[in-house]
Amino acid sequence: MSVDTAPKKKPAFWPTAVLLVGAAYSLFPVYWLVAASTKGAGELFTTSTLVPSFTGGFFENLGELLRFNDGAFLVWSGNSILFSVGGSVMATAVAAAAGYALAKFDFRGKQVAFTFLLIGVLIPGVVLAIPQYLLLSKIGIAGSYWSVLLPFAISPFSIYLARIYAGAVVPTELLEAGRIDGASEWRLFRSIALPAMVPGLITIFLLQFVAIWNNFLLPFIMLSKQETFPLTVGFYAMMNQGSDQLNVYNLVIIGCLLAIIPLILLFLFLQRYWKLDLVSGSLKG
Amino acid sequence: MQKKRSRLRPRVAPWLFLTPAIVLAAGLMFAPLVYTVVLSLQGRKVAASGIGIAADVFVGLDNYVAALTNPALLGSFARMLGYALIAVPVTMGLALVFALLLDNLSTRFTRFSRISIFVPYAVPGVIAALMWGFMYLPGVSPVGELFSLWGWPVPNPLDGGSVFLAVANVSIWGGIGFNMVILYTSLRGLPQEIYDSARLDGCSELQLALRIKLPLILPGVILTGVFTVIGALQVFSEPNMMMSLTNSITSDWVPMMLVYRDAFVTNDLYGASATAIIITAVTMIASLGLLRVLRDRAFGSES
Repeated sequence: MSVDTAPKKKPAFWPTAVLLVGAAYSLFPVYWLVAASTKGAGELFTTSTLVPSFTGGFFENLGELLRFNDGAFLVWSGNSILFSVGGSVMATAVAAAAGYALAKFDFRGKQVAFTFLLIGVLIPGVVLAIPQYLLLSKIGIAGSYWSVLLPFAISPFSIYLARIYAGAVVPTELLEAGRIDGASEWRLFRSIALPAMVPGLITIFLLQFVAIWNNFLLPFIMLSKQETFPLTVGFYAMMNQGSDQLNVYNLVIIGCLLAIIPLILLFLFLQRYWKLDLVSGSLKG
Repeated sequence: MQKKRSRLRPRVAPWLFLTPAIVLAAGLMFAPLVYTVVLSLQGRKVAASGIGIAADVFVGLDNYVAALTNPALLGSFARMLGYALIAVPVTMGLALVFALLLDNLSTRFTRFSRISIFVPYAVPGVIAALMWGFMYLPGVSPVGELFSLWGWPVPNPLDGGSVFLAVANVSIWGGIGFNMVILYTSLRGLPQEIYDSARLDGCSELQLALRIKLPLILPGVILTGVFTVIGALQVFSEPNMMMSLTNSITSDWVPMMLVYRDAFVTNDLYGASATAIIITAVTMIASLGLLRVLRDRAFGSES
Protein backbone atom coordinates (compact mmCIF):
# COMPACT_ATOMS: atom_id res chain seq x y z
CA MET A 1 0.00 0.00 0.00
CA SER A 2 1.44 3.30 -1.00
CA VAL A 3 0.83 6.17 1.35
CA ASP A 4 0.02 9.45 -0.28
CA THR A 5 1.84 12.11 1.67
CA ALA A 6 0.89 15.08 -0.51
CA PRO A 7 -1.59 17.33 1.25
CA LYS A 8 -5.03 17.01 -0.35
CA LYS A 9 -6.86 20.18 -1.23
CA LYS A 10 -10.60 20.35 -0.81
CA PRO A 11 -12.29 18.06 -3.33
CA ALA A 12 -13.40 19.65 -6.57
CA PHE A 13 -16.29 18.15 -8.50
CA TRP A 14 -15.25 18.33 -12.14
CA PRO A 15 -11.77 16.79 -12.07
CA THR A 16 -13.09 13.76 -10.22
CA ALA A 17 -16.18 13.48 -12.44
CA VAL A 18 -14.16 13.58 -15.66
CA LEU A 19 -11.76 10.95 -14.37
CA LEU A 20 -14.60 8.67 -13.27
CA VAL A 21 -16.21 8.95 -16.70
CA GLY A 22 -12.87 7.83 -18.14
CA ALA A 23 -12.79 4.90 -15.73
CA ALA A 24 -16.34 3.92 -16.68
CA TYR A 25 -15.48 4.07 -20.38
CA SER A 26 -12.48 1.82 -19.75
CA LEU A 27 -14.29 -0.74 -17.62
CA PHE A 28 -17.60 -0.84 -19.49
CA PRO A 29 -16.54 -3.31 -22.23
CA VAL A 30 -15.11 -5.62 -19.59
CA TYR A 31 -18.41 -5.53 -17.72
CA TRP A 32 -20.27 -6.18 -20.96
CA LEU A 33 -17.99 -9.17 -21.59
CA VAL A 34 -18.74 -10.59 -18.14
CA ALA A 35 -22.50 -10.15 -18.65
CA ALA A 36 -22.44 -11.60 -22.17
CA SER A 37 -20.41 -14.63 -21.11
CA THR A 38 -23.26 -15.75 -18.86
CA LYS A 39 -25.69 -16.04 -21.76
CA GLY A 40 -26.39 -19.48 -23.10
CA ALA A 41 -27.01 -20.48 -26.70
CA GLY A 42 -29.55 -18.14 -28.30
CA GLU A 43 -29.72 -15.76 -25.35
CA LEU A 44 -27.07 -13.39 -26.68
CA PHE A 45 -29.40 -11.75 -29.16
CA THR A 46 -32.65 -12.18 -27.26
CA THR A 47 -32.00 -11.03 -23.68
CA SER A 48 -31.15 -7.56 -22.43
CA THR A 49 -27.50 -7.02 -23.18
CA LEU A 50 -26.34 -5.54 -19.87
CA VAL A 51 -28.21 -7.93 -17.59
CA PRO A 52 -26.36 -11.18 -16.91
CA SER A 53 -28.27 -14.39 -17.40
CA PHE A 54 -28.60 -16.87 -14.56
CA THR A 55 -29.76 -19.86 -16.55
CA GLY A 56 -26.41 -21.59 -16.27
CA GLY A 57 -25.17 -20.28 -19.60
CA PHE A 58 -21.76 -19.45 -18.17
CA PHE A 59 -20.86 -23.04 -17.37
CA GLU A 60 -22.50 -24.27 -20.55
CA ASN A 61 -20.26 -21.87 -22.53
CA LEU A 62 -17.22 -22.77 -20.47
CA GLY A 63 -17.70 -26.49 -21.11
CA GLU A 64 -18.29 -25.91 -24.82
CA LEU A 65 -15.19 -23.72 -25.08
CA LEU A 66 -12.97 -26.29 -23.36
CA ARG A 67 -14.31 -29.02 -25.66
CA PHE A 68 -13.98 -26.84 -28.80
CA ASN A 69 -11.68 -28.55 -31.33
CA ASP A 70 -10.41 -31.06 -28.76
CA GLY A 71 -9.30 -28.47 -26.23
CA ALA A 72 -7.86 -25.97 -28.71
CA PHE A 73 -8.42 -23.12 -26.23
CA LEU A 74 -6.03 -24.61 -23.67
CA VAL A 75 -3.44 -25.29 -26.36
CA TRP A 76 -3.69 -21.67 -27.59
CA SER A 77 -3.37 -20.38 -24.02
CA GLY A 78 -0.26 -22.50 -23.54
CA ASN A 79 1.19 -21.17 -26.79
CA SER A 80 0.48 -17.58 -25.79
CA ILE A 81 2.32 -18.14 -22.52
CA LEU A 82 5.21 -19.87 -24.29
CA PHE A 83 5.61 -17.08 -26.85
CA SER A 84 5.27 -14.30 -24.28
CA VAL A 85 7.57 -15.77 -21.65
CA GLY A 86 10.13 -17.19 -24.09
CA GLY A 87 10.16 -14.15 -26.36
CA SER A 88 10.43 -11.61 -23.57
CA VAL A 89 13.14 -13.54 -21.70
CA MET A 90 15.23 -13.61 -24.88
CA ALA A 91 14.50 -9.98 -25.78
CA THR A 92 15.37 -8.84 -22.25
CA ALA A 93 18.63 -10.79 -22.19
CA VAL A 94 19.66 -9.48 -25.61
CA ALA A 95 18.71 -5.92 -24.64
CA ALA A 96 20.53 -6.14 -21.29
CA ALA A 97 23.84 -7.15 -22.90
CA ALA A 98 23.52 -4.66 -25.77
CA GLY A 99 22.35 -1.80 -23.54
CA TYR A 100 25.18 -2.40 -21.11
CA ALA A 101 27.76 -2.41 -23.92
CA LEU A 102 26.37 0.80 -25.41
CA ALA A 103 26.16 2.61 -22.08
CA LYS A 104 29.39 1.58 -20.38
CA PHE A 105 32.03 1.20 -23.10
CA ASP A 106 33.64 3.71 -25.41
CA PHE A 107 34.56 2.08 -28.66
CA ARG A 108 34.83 2.89 -32.30
CA GLY A 109 31.60 2.26 -34.17
CA LYS A 110 29.40 2.67 -31.08
CA GLN A 111 27.16 5.33 -32.60
CA VAL A 112 26.85 3.33 -35.82
CA ALA A 113 25.87 0.21 -33.89
CA PHE A 114 23.31 2.13 -31.84
CA THR A 115 21.72 3.75 -34.90
CA PHE A 116 21.69 0.39 -36.69
CA LEU A 117 19.82 -1.20 -33.79
CA LEU A 118 17.41 1.70 -33.31
CA ILE A 119 16.22 2.13 -36.88
CA GLY A 120 14.14 -1.00 -36.42
CA VAL A 121 11.64 0.97 -34.30
CA LEU A 122 10.49 2.73 -37.43
CA ILE A 123 10.03 -0.29 -39.69
CA PRO A 124 6.36 -1.29 -39.75
CA GLY A 125 5.60 -4.78 -38.47
CA VAL A 126 3.94 -6.04 -41.62
CA VAL A 127 6.83 -4.82 -43.75
CA LEU A 128 9.14 -7.08 -41.75
CA ALA A 129 6.78 -9.95 -41.16
CA ILE A 130 6.29 -10.89 -44.81
CA PRO A 131 9.99 -11.13 -45.79
CA GLN A 132 10.75 -12.64 -42.38
CA TYR A 133 8.27 -15.33 -43.30
CA LEU A 134 9.89 -15.84 -46.70
CA LEU A 135 13.42 -15.95 -45.27
CA LEU A 136 12.46 -18.25 -42.41
CA SER A 137 10.68 -20.59 -44.81
CA LYS A 138 13.89 -20.75 -46.85
CA ILE A 139 15.77 -22.06 -43.84
CA GLY A 140 12.82 -24.28 -43.04
CA ILE A 141 11.56 -22.94 -39.73
CA ALA A 142 8.50 -20.94 -40.83
CA GLY A 143 5.48 -22.32 -39.03
CA SER A 144 7.55 -23.53 -36.06
CA TYR A 145 7.63 -21.97 -32.61
CA TRP A 146 11.04 -20.48 -33.41
CA SER A 147 9.61 -18.50 -36.32
CA VAL A 148 7.62 -16.47 -33.79
CA LEU A 149 10.12 -16.49 -30.92
CA LEU A 150 13.17 -15.32 -32.87
CA PRO A 151 11.66 -12.13 -34.37
CA PHE A 152 10.34 -11.25 -30.91
CA ALA A 153 13.82 -11.67 -29.41
CA ILE A 154 15.09 -8.50 -31.08
CA SER A 155 13.41 -5.39 -29.70
CA PRO A 156 15.03 -2.04 -30.59
CA PHE A 157 12.96 -0.15 -28.05
CA SER A 158 14.08 -2.53 -25.27
CA ILE A 159 17.72 -1.98 -26.24
CA TYR A 160 17.15 1.78 -26.12
CA LEU A 161 15.61 1.50 -22.63
CA ALA A 162 18.34 -0.86 -21.41
CA ARG A 163 20.99 1.61 -22.57
CA ILE A 164 19.37 4.49 -20.69
CA TYR A 165 18.95 2.40 -17.59
CA ALA A 166 22.45 0.90 -17.60
CA GLY A 167 23.88 4.38 -18.07
CA ALA A 168 21.99 5.59 -15.02
CA VAL A 169 22.49 2.75 -12.54
CA VAL A 170 25.64 0.74 -13.30
CA PRO A 171 28.49 2.19 -11.20
CA THR A 172 31.47 2.89 -13.48
CA GLU A 173 33.98 3.10 -10.60
CA LEU A 174 33.06 -0.41 -9.49
CA LEU A 175 33.63 -1.71 -13.02
CA GLU A 176 37.02 -0.04 -13.14
CA ALA A 177 37.99 -1.38 -9.74
CA GLY A 178 36.98 -4.86 -10.88
CA ARG A 179 39.02 -4.51 -14.05
CA ILE A 180 42.12 -3.55 -12.04
CA ASP A 181 41.54 -6.63 -9.88
CA GLY A 182 41.61 -8.71 -13.04
CA ALA A 183 37.96 -9.73 -13.23
CA SER A 184 36.80 -10.82 -16.67
CA GLU A 185 34.36 -8.61 -18.58
CA TRP A 186 31.74 -11.36 -18.39
CA ARG A 187 32.18 -11.57 -14.64
CA LEU A 188 31.82 -7.77 -14.32
CA PHE A 189 28.61 -7.91 -16.35
CA ARG A 190 27.23 -10.82 -14.32
CA SER A 191 28.06 -9.61 -10.84
CA ILE A 192 28.04 -5.81 -11.08
CA ALA A 193 25.97 -4.66 -14.05
CA LEU A 194 23.15 -7.19 -14.09
CA PRO A 195 22.15 -6.96 -10.40
CA ALA A 196 22.05 -3.16 -10.65
CA MET A 197 19.90 -3.33 -13.77
CA VAL A 198 17.25 -5.71 -12.39
CA PRO A 199 14.41 -3.19 -11.81
CA GLY A 200 14.84 -1.77 -15.32
CA LEU A 201 15.02 -5.26 -16.80
CA ILE A 202 11.74 -6.21 -15.10
CA THR A 203 10.10 -3.23 -16.79
CA ILE A 204 11.58 -4.19 -20.16
CA PHE A 205 10.42 -7.78 -19.65
CA LEU A 206 6.86 -6.68 -18.81
CA LEU A 207 6.61 -4.26 -21.75
CA GLN A 208 7.83 -6.98 -24.08
CA PHE A 209 5.54 -9.58 -22.47
CA VAL A 210 2.46 -7.47 -23.14
CA ALA A 211 3.63 -6.57 -26.64
CA ILE A 212 3.98 -10.27 -27.51
CA TRP A 213 0.81 -11.36 -25.70
CA ASN A 214 -1.17 -8.72 -27.60
CA ASN A 215 0.56 -9.28 -30.94
CA PHE A 216 -1.52 -10.68 -33.73
CA LEU A 217 0.28 -9.96 -36.97
CA LEU A 218 3.49 -11.97 -36.62
CA PRO A 219 1.97 -15.30 -35.50
CA PHE A 220 -0.89 -14.72 -37.96
CA ILE A 221 1.61 -14.58 -40.82
CA MET A 222 4.08 -17.18 -39.57
CA LEU A 223 1.82 -19.95 -38.33
CA SER A 224 -0.54 -22.14 -40.29
CA LYS A 225 -1.29 -25.04 -37.93
CA GLN A 226 -4.05 -24.58 -35.36
CA GLU A 227 -2.04 -26.27 -32.63
CA THR A 228 0.70 -23.63 -32.81
CA PHE A 229 -1.64 -20.59 -32.61
CA PRO A 230 -1.57 -18.15 -29.72
CA LEU A 231 -4.93 -16.94 -28.37
CA THR A 232 -5.17 -13.87 -30.62
CA VAL A 233 -4.84 -15.89 -33.83
CA GLY A 234 -7.00 -18.65 -32.39
CA PHE A 235 -9.94 -16.29 -31.78
CA TYR A 236 -9.53 -14.87 -35.25
CA ALA A 237 -9.66 -18.35 -36.77
CA MET A 238 -12.68 -19.18 -34.62
CA MET A 239 -14.57 -16.10 -35.78
CA ASN A 240 -13.84 -16.82 -39.41
CA GLN A 241 -14.79 -20.47 -39.41
CA GLY A 242 -17.71 -19.94 -37.12
CA SER A 243 -20.54 -18.77 -39.32
CA ASP A 244 -21.89 -22.32 -39.59
CA GLN A 245 -21.72 -22.87 -35.84
CA LEU A 246 -24.52 -20.98 -34.16
CA ASN A 247 -23.03 -20.50 -30.73
CA VAL A 248 -19.49 -19.59 -31.79
CA TYR A 249 -20.11 -16.00 -30.62
CA ASN A 250 -20.79 -17.28 -27.11
CA LEU A 251 -17.58 -19.29 -27.18
CA VAL A 252 -15.49 -16.38 -28.45
CA ILE A 253 -16.97 -14.10 -25.80
CA ILE A 254 -16.22 -16.39 -22.89
CA GLY A 255 -12.82 -17.16 -24.41
CA CYS A 256 -11.97 -13.45 -24.51
CA LEU A 257 -13.01 -13.12 -20.88
CA LEU A 258 -10.82 -16.06 -19.84
CA ALA A 259 -7.94 -14.63 -21.86
CA ILE A 260 -7.97 -11.12 -20.42
CA ILE A 261 -8.88 -11.64 -16.76
CA PRO A 262 -5.60 -13.39 -15.79
CA LEU A 263 -3.56 -10.75 -17.60
CA ILE A 264 -5.43 -7.90 -15.90
CA LEU A 265 -4.88 -9.56 -12.51
CA LEU A 266 -1.20 -10.11 -13.30
CA PHE A 267 -0.90 -6.43 -14.10
CA LEU A 268 -2.61 -5.22 -10.97
CA PHE A 269 -0.28 -7.48 -9.00
CA LEU A 270 2.88 -6.42 -10.81
CA GLN A 271 2.13 -2.69 -10.91
CA ARG A 272 4.50 -1.83 -8.10
CA TYR A 273 7.46 -3.49 -9.81
CA TRP A 274 7.22 -1.31 -12.89
CA LYS A 275 9.64 1.52 -13.34
CA LEU A 276 7.69 3.42 -15.94
CA ASP A 277 9.71 6.57 -15.37
CA LEU A 278 12.21 4.66 -17.48
CA VAL A 279 9.87 5.01 -20.44
CA SER A 280 8.83 8.56 -19.70
CA GLY A 281 12.47 9.68 -19.70
CA SER A 282 12.31 11.26 -16.27
CA LEU A 283 14.63 8.66 -14.80
CA LYS A 284 16.81 10.04 -12.07
CA GLY A 285 20.14 8.25 -11.91
CA MET B 1 51.36 -10.52 -22.06
CA GLN B 2 49.00 -10.00 -19.17
CA LYS B 3 49.11 -6.25 -19.65
CA LYS B 4 48.46 -6.47 -23.36
CA ARG B 5 45.37 -8.62 -22.82
CA SER B 6 43.73 -6.23 -20.41
CA ARG B 7 44.34 -3.34 -22.78
CA LEU B 8 42.79 -5.29 -25.64
CA ARG B 9 39.80 -6.64 -23.77
CA PRO B 10 37.59 -3.56 -23.45
CA ARG B 11 37.74 -3.17 -27.22
CA VAL B 12 36.51 -6.66 -27.92
CA ALA B 13 34.13 -7.04 -24.97
CA PRO B 14 31.49 -4.48 -26.07
CA TRP B 15 31.22 -6.16 -29.44
CA LEU B 16 30.75 -9.54 -27.80
CA PHE B 17 27.93 -8.10 -25.67
CA LEU B 18 26.42 -6.59 -28.81
CA THR B 19 26.75 -9.73 -30.91
CA PRO B 20 23.34 -11.30 -30.16
CA ALA B 21 21.55 -8.01 -30.82
CA ILE B 22 23.46 -7.31 -34.03
CA VAL B 23 23.06 -10.84 -35.38
CA LEU B 24 19.32 -10.85 -34.67
CA ALA B 25 18.85 -7.33 -36.03
CA ALA B 26 20.80 -8.12 -39.17
CA GLY B 27 19.02 -11.40 -39.78
CA LEU B 28 15.49 -10.47 -38.78
CA MET B 29 15.25 -6.74 -39.50
CA PHE B 30 17.76 -5.67 -42.11
CA ALA B 31 17.94 -8.78 -44.27
CA PRO B 32 14.13 -8.83 -44.57
CA LEU B 33 14.09 -5.12 -45.36
CA VAL B 34 16.73 -5.51 -48.07
CA TYR B 35 14.94 -8.58 -49.36
CA THR B 36 11.71 -6.58 -49.62
CA VAL B 37 13.50 -3.89 -51.62
CA VAL B 38 14.93 -6.54 -53.97
CA LEU B 39 11.53 -8.17 -54.42
CA SER B 40 9.90 -4.81 -55.05
CA LEU B 41 12.21 -4.26 -58.03
CA GLN B 42 11.36 -7.60 -59.59
CA GLY B 43 8.43 -9.07 -61.43
CA ARG B 44 7.39 -12.45 -62.73
CA LYS B 45 7.35 -12.45 -66.49
CA VAL B 46 7.10 -15.07 -69.17
CA ALA B 47 10.23 -14.77 -71.27
CA ALA B 48 9.37 -13.64 -74.80
CA SER B 49 11.49 -16.21 -76.58
CA GLY B 50 10.92 -18.95 -74.06
CA ILE B 51 8.41 -21.74 -73.90
CA GLY B 52 6.11 -20.14 -71.38
CA ILE B 53 8.30 -20.52 -68.30
CA ALA B 54 7.85 -17.60 -65.92
CA ALA B 55 10.95 -16.18 -64.30
CA ASP B 56 11.85 -13.39 -61.88
CA VAL B 57 13.13 -10.45 -63.86
CA PHE B 58 14.31 -7.00 -62.90
CA VAL B 59 11.55 -4.53 -63.66
CA GLY B 60 12.96 -1.38 -62.07
CA LEU B 61 10.35 0.89 -60.55
CA ASP B 62 7.38 -0.65 -62.37
CA ASN B 63 5.87 -2.05 -59.16
CA TYR B 64 6.17 1.34 -57.47
CA VAL B 65 4.50 3.10 -60.41
CA ALA B 66 1.75 0.50 -60.36
CA ALA B 67 1.28 0.82 -56.59
CA LEU B 68 1.24 4.60 -56.57
CA THR B 69 -1.26 4.78 -59.43
CA ASN B 70 -3.44 2.08 -57.90
CA PRO B 71 -6.60 3.69 -56.55
CA ALA B 72 -6.85 0.90 -53.95
CA LEU B 73 -3.60 2.02 -52.26
CA LEU B 74 -4.53 5.69 -52.39
CA GLY B 75 -7.94 4.84 -50.96
CA SER B 76 -6.40 2.79 -48.16
CA PHE B 77 -4.03 5.64 -47.29
CA ALA B 78 -6.96 8.06 -47.24
CA ARG B 79 -8.92 5.77 -44.90
CA MET B 80 -5.88 5.26 -42.69
CA LEU B 81 -5.48 9.04 -42.52
CA GLY B 82 -9.15 9.47 -41.63
CA TYR B 83 -8.79 6.90 -38.89
CA ALA B 84 -5.52 8.40 -37.59
CA LEU B 85 -6.94 11.94 -37.54
CA ILE B 86 -9.54 10.71 -35.06
CA ALA B 87 -7.51 8.16 -33.09
CA VAL B 88 -4.24 10.03 -32.46
CA PRO B 89 -5.51 13.40 -31.16
CA VAL B 90 -8.24 11.82 -29.04
CA THR B 91 -5.89 9.20 -27.52
CA MET B 92 -3.18 11.73 -26.75
CA GLY B 93 -5.61 14.45 -25.63
CA LEU B 94 -7.48 12.21 -23.21
CA ALA B 95 -4.27 10.61 -21.93
CA LEU B 96 -2.91 14.06 -21.17
CA VAL B 97 -6.12 15.33 -19.57
CA PHE B 98 -6.41 12.23 -17.38
CA ALA B 99 -2.72 12.39 -16.39
CA LEU B 100 -3.06 16.05 -15.38
CA LEU B 101 -6.26 15.30 -13.45
CA LEU B 102 -4.55 12.44 -11.61
CA ASP B 103 -1.78 14.81 -10.63
CA ASN B 104 -4.27 17.45 -9.46
CA LEU B 105 -4.47 17.70 -5.69
CA SER B 106 -8.23 18.21 -5.58
CA THR B 107 -9.12 15.08 -7.57
CA ARG B 108 -10.55 12.08 -5.69
CA PHE B 109 -10.58 8.36 -6.50
CA THR B 110 -7.28 8.76 -8.35
CA ARG B 111 -6.02 5.27 -7.57
CA PHE B 112 -9.22 3.58 -8.73
CA SER B 113 -9.38 5.71 -11.88
CA ARG B 114 -5.74 5.19 -12.73
CA ILE B 115 -6.00 1.41 -12.50
CA SER B 116 -9.35 1.30 -14.35
CA ILE B 117 -8.10 3.39 -17.26
CA PHE B 118 -4.94 1.27 -17.44
CA VAL B 119 -6.91 -2.01 -17.67
CA PRO B 120 -7.48 -1.92 -21.48
CA TYR B 121 -3.69 -1.98 -21.97
CA ALA B 122 -3.80 -5.63 -20.93
CA VAL B 123 -6.39 -6.45 -23.59
CA PRO B 124 -5.01 -7.52 -26.99
CA GLY B 125 -6.13 -5.32 -29.90
CA VAL B 126 -7.80 -8.27 -31.59
CA ILE B 127 -9.85 -9.06 -28.50
CA ALA B 128 -10.70 -5.39 -28.01
CA ALA B 129 -11.90 -5.28 -31.61
CA LEU B 130 -14.05 -8.35 -30.96
CA MET B 131 -15.57 -6.93 -27.77
CA TRP B 132 -16.41 -3.57 -29.29
CA GLY B 133 -17.45 -5.27 -32.53
CA PHE B 134 -20.06 -7.28 -30.63
CA MET B 135 -21.21 -4.15 -28.81
CA TYR B 136 -21.61 -2.39 -32.16
CA LEU B 137 -23.86 -5.18 -33.49
CA PRO B 138 -27.42 -3.81 -33.53
CA GLY B 139 -28.76 -7.01 -31.96
CA VAL B 140 -26.51 -6.89 -28.88
CA SER B 141 -25.61 -3.21 -28.65
CA PRO B 142 -26.45 -1.56 -25.31
CA VAL B 143 -27.21 1.69 -27.14
CA GLY B 144 -29.33 -0.15 -29.68
CA GLU B 145 -31.36 -1.60 -26.87
CA LEU B 146 -32.16 1.90 -25.56
CA PHE B 147 -33.00 3.10 -29.07
CA SER B 148 -35.39 0.26 -29.76
CA LEU B 149 -36.98 0.84 -26.36
CA TRP B 150 -37.83 4.36 -27.50
CA GLY B 151 -38.87 3.07 -30.90
CA TRP B 152 -35.98 4.71 -32.76
CA PRO B 153 -34.15 2.96 -35.58
CA VAL B 154 -31.10 1.15 -34.20
CA PRO B 155 -27.85 2.56 -35.62
CA ASN B 156 -25.02 0.34 -36.77
CA PRO B 157 -21.73 2.15 -36.07
CA LEU B 158 -19.93 -0.17 -38.48
CA ASP B 159 -22.03 1.06 -41.39
CA GLY B 160 -21.23 4.14 -43.44
CA GLY B 161 -18.91 6.95 -42.37
CA SER B 162 -19.16 6.13 -38.68
CA VAL B 163 -17.00 3.05 -39.29
CA PHE B 164 -13.97 5.36 -38.85
CA LEU B 165 -15.22 6.39 -35.44
CA ALA B 166 -16.00 2.78 -34.59
CA VAL B 167 -12.51 1.49 -35.46
CA ALA B 168 -10.77 4.54 -33.94
CA ASN B 169 -12.72 4.03 -30.71
CA VAL B 170 -11.19 0.56 -30.28
CA SER B 171 -7.62 1.83 -30.46
CA ILE B 172 -8.44 4.92 -28.40
CA TRP B 173 -9.89 2.66 -25.72
CA GLY B 174 -6.77 0.50 -25.77
CA GLY B 175 -4.24 3.34 -26.03
CA ILE B 176 -5.25 5.96 -23.47
CA GLY B 177 -4.19 4.02 -20.38
CA PHE B 178 -0.57 3.33 -21.24
CA ASN B 179 0.08 6.86 -22.48
CA MET B 180 -1.67 8.26 -19.43
CA VAL B 181 0.47 6.25 -17.03
CA ILE B 182 3.68 7.28 -18.82
CA LEU B 183 2.69 10.97 -18.69
CA TYR B 184 1.53 10.67 -15.10
CA THR B 185 4.88 9.11 -14.18
CA SER B 186 6.64 12.08 -15.82
CA LEU B 187 4.48 14.47 -13.81
CA ARG B 188 5.32 12.68 -10.58
CA GLY B 189 8.99 12.92 -11.46
CA LEU B 190 8.86 16.72 -11.46
CA PRO B 191 10.12 18.51 -8.35
CA GLN B 192 6.98 19.44 -6.42
CA GLU B 193 8.55 22.56 -4.86
CA ILE B 194 8.23 24.54 -8.08
CA TYR B 195 4.46 24.48 -7.71
CA ASP B 196 4.48 26.10 -4.29
CA SER B 197 5.66 29.52 -5.37
CA ALA B 198 3.25 29.47 -8.32
CA ARG B 199 0.40 28.66 -5.93
CA LEU B 200 1.51 31.45 -3.59
CA ASP B 201 1.36 33.84 -6.54
CA GLY B 202 -2.31 32.91 -6.97
CA CYS B 203 -1.88 30.52 -9.88
CA SER B 204 -4.98 28.33 -10.31
CA GLU B 205 -4.68 24.54 -10.67
CA LEU B 206 -5.70 24.86 -14.32
CA GLN B 207 -3.06 27.49 -15.03
CA LEU B 208 -0.54 25.39 -13.15
CA ALA B 209 -1.35 22.39 -15.32
CA LEU B 210 -1.26 24.21 -18.64
CA ARG B 211 1.53 26.74 -18.08
CA ILE B 212 3.94 24.86 -15.83
CA LYS B 213 3.35 21.09 -15.84
CA LEU B 214 2.58 20.65 -19.54
CA PRO B 215 5.74 22.39 -20.83
CA LEU B 216 7.88 20.42 -18.37
CA ILE B 217 6.63 17.03 -19.53
CA LEU B 218 6.74 17.93 -23.22
CA PRO B 219 9.54 15.41 -23.97
CA GLY B 220 7.32 12.62 -22.61
CA VAL B 221 4.36 13.93 -24.61
CA ILE B 222 6.48 13.94 -27.78
CA LEU B 223 7.73 10.41 -27.20
CA THR B 224 4.30 8.92 -26.54
CA GLY B 225 2.80 11.01 -29.35
CA VAL B 226 5.29 9.71 -31.91
CA PHE B 227 4.65 6.13 -30.81
CA THR B 228 0.90 6.69 -31.10
CA VAL B 229 1.35 8.05 -34.63
CA ILE B 230 3.56 5.09 -35.63
CA GLY B 231 0.91 2.75 -34.21
CA ALA B 232 -1.83 4.49 -36.19
CA LEU B 233 0.14 4.29 -39.44
CA GLN B 234 0.53 0.55 -38.94
CA VAL B 235 -3.04 -0.22 -37.91
CA PHE B 236 -3.96 -3.75 -38.95
CA SER B 237 -5.39 -6.09 -36.31
CA GLU B 238 -8.46 -4.08 -35.30
CA PRO B 239 -9.99 -3.50 -38.76
CA ASN B 240 -8.83 -6.94 -39.89
CA MET B 241 -10.75 -8.53 -37.03
CA MET B 242 -13.85 -6.39 -37.54
CA MET B 243 -13.97 -7.41 -41.17
CA SER B 244 -15.88 -10.53 -40.09
CA LEU B 245 -18.63 -8.36 -38.55
CA THR B 246 -19.32 -5.86 -41.34
CA ASN B 247 -19.20 -5.32 -45.07
CA SER B 248 -17.98 -1.73 -44.81
CA ILE B 249 -14.46 -2.87 -43.92
CA THR B 250 -12.90 -4.29 -47.07
CA SER B 251 -9.77 -6.41 -47.32
CA ASP B 252 -7.87 -3.31 -48.53
CA TRP B 253 -9.28 -0.97 -45.90
CA VAL B 254 -5.89 0.29 -44.65
CA PRO B 255 -2.44 -0.03 -46.32
CA MET B 256 -1.28 -2.88 -44.07
CA MET B 257 -4.33 -4.95 -44.96
CA LEU B 258 -3.69 -4.30 -48.64
CA VAL B 259 -0.09 -5.52 -48.30
CA TYR B 260 -1.23 -8.62 -46.46
CA ARG B 261 -3.87 -9.40 -49.08
CA ASP B 262 -1.49 -8.88 -52.00
CA ALA B 263 1.24 -10.99 -50.43
CA PHE B 264 -0.78 -13.91 -49.10
CA VAL B 265 -4.21 -13.96 -50.74
CA THR B 266 -3.65 -12.81 -54.31
CA ASN B 267 0.02 -13.89 -54.28
CA ASP B 268 1.40 -10.71 -55.81
CA LEU B 269 4.52 -10.66 -53.71
CA TYR B 270 6.31 -8.10 -55.86
CA GLY B 271 3.51 -5.58 -55.75
CA ALA B 272 3.07 -6.19 -52.02
CA SER B 273 6.78 -5.56 -51.47
CA ALA B 274 6.65 -2.25 -53.32
CA THR B 275 3.61 -1.20 -51.27
CA ALA B 276 5.37 -2.29 -48.07
CA ILE B 277 8.42 -0.16 -48.92
CA ILE B 278 6.17 2.82 -49.65
CA ILE B 279 4.51 2.40 -46.23
CA THR B 280 7.92 2.13 -44.55
CA ALA B 281 9.06 5.31 -46.27
CA VAL B 282 5.87 7.13 -45.24
CA THR B 283 6.24 5.91 -41.64
CA MET B 284 9.88 6.97 -41.43
CA ILE B 285 9.29 10.36 -43.03
CA ALA B 286 6.23 10.99 -40.87
CA SER B 287 7.81 10.00 -37.57
CA LEU B 288 11.20 11.61 -38.18
CA GLY B 289 9.52 14.75 -39.54
CA LEU B 290 7.13 14.87 -36.61
CA LEU B 291 9.98 14.37 -34.18
CA ARG B 292 11.89 17.25 -35.74
CA VAL B 293 8.93 19.64 -35.85
CA LEU B 294 7.94 18.85 -32.27
CA ARG B 295 11.52 19.10 -31.03
CA ASP B 296 11.94 22.49 -32.71
CA ARG B 297 8.69 23.71 -31.21
CA ALA B 298 9.50 22.35 -27.79
CA PHE B 299 13.14 23.26 -27.50
CA GLY B 300 13.44 25.95 -30.18
CA SER B 301 14.24 28.65 -27.67
CA GLU B 302 17.23 26.73 -26.36
CA SER B 303 19.06 26.14 -29.61
